[in-house]
Amino acid sequence: MTGPELLASLSHLFGAKIREKKEFRGETSFVIDPGDIREVAKFCREDLSFDYLLDISSVDHFGEEPRFEVVYELYSMTLAIHLRLKVRVSEDNPAVDTVSDIWPTANWHEREIWDMMGLRFTGHPDLRRILMWEGYPYFPLRKEFPLEGLPSDMPDVAFTSAAPMEGGPFVTQPSTATTKDREPRARGPI
Amino acid sequence: MPTSAESRPSTQTLPAAYDSKIEGNVIFTQLDAAMNWMRKNSLWPMPMGLACCAIELMATASARFDIARFGAEVMRFSPRQCDVMIVAGTVTYKMALAVKRIYDQMPEPKWVIAMGACASSGGMYRSYAVLQGIDQLLPVDVYISGCPPRPEALIAGLMKLQDKIAGERSFTSQKRGLVDKIESLV
Repeated sequence: MTGPELLASLSHLFGAKIREKKEFRGETSFVIDPGDIREVAKFCREDLSFDYLLDISSVDHFGEEPRFEVVYELYSMTLAIHLRLKVRVSEDNPAVDTVSDIWPTANWHEREIWDMMGLRFTGHPDLRRILMWEGYPYFPLRKEFPLEGLPSDMPDVAFTSAAPMEGGPFVTQPSTATTKDREPRARGPI
Repeated sequence: MPTSAESRPSTQTLPAAYDSKIEGNVIFTQLDAAMNWMRKNSLWPMPMGLACCAIELMATASARFDIARFGAEVMRFSPRQCDVMIVAGTVTYKMALAVKRIYDQMPEPKWVIAMGACASSGGMYRSYAVLQGIDQLLPVDVYISGCPPRPEALIAGLMKLQDKIAGERSFTSQKRGLVDKIESLV
């Protein structure tokens, strides 16, 4: 079976597990139920030769229900085709089953999603924060988290404070003033 | 704190009385001037390389720019042997207390160069993750602008620091106890 043939037959293979299917410029995406992710992932890896998990990412659809989405990017080394799986996760129960035993690389990806978006992965062997430190009280990539950050303090570990935005992430104003005076931090109080 | 030019340590040498045996081997100067001269010409940097500025720091140490011309080529990876911490790069909050800890481990006297926009002010990273300038944690002596600064800029910053060290009242301010003891004996 060639790659395009496999992709064409996926709707049939996944059957009733498909909630939604999207084809866009040769990219195939399936939305499936969070409860089915382990079964589908195992099937993809063992029977459909998707032996490479490129990435797992998460999306915050703030204001919609279900709020979160976890996106799995799969690749088949033998057939050279991509496949995207998506599961939607509600804010009330922000948890997905882990796939770190199916693709070991998922271990750190899932830790990153836990760290940045605050989605738990049930069955993960080592679900610690990976970028921020243990005890940091926020999930920085959630939409309600301000870009400049929020103050926090973990004695002897780390502290944070809000960055001075002064109108944007970095807004310098064209003028003949010196760099020192055009610098955003110079314009307003810290 | 004396401010007039006369009270600053002088590097000017005075002629010794003629003696063919020691001629040329004796220099009269002030203790501060001698200490400062030794310190400023053998600054051992702590290379706190945290981002792309560290690449320019390495280039500064290498043959073309050759920071050894200013006596600062001995990059030590142990803070116990360092005089000047060159904070080269983005200081994240996760790294901030580690930088502070390394600074605390450096023996006195010690200086800090904030190299580049990130170390000086957070640079383009107005974000939850980045400390907005290492001067919030450490006493910075020299700020170097640039993103990243060229090696010439780092060398200029180092020379600024040398000028600052040359003007310090090293003996009287840093060896206060010894000065008091001498004064009580005299």
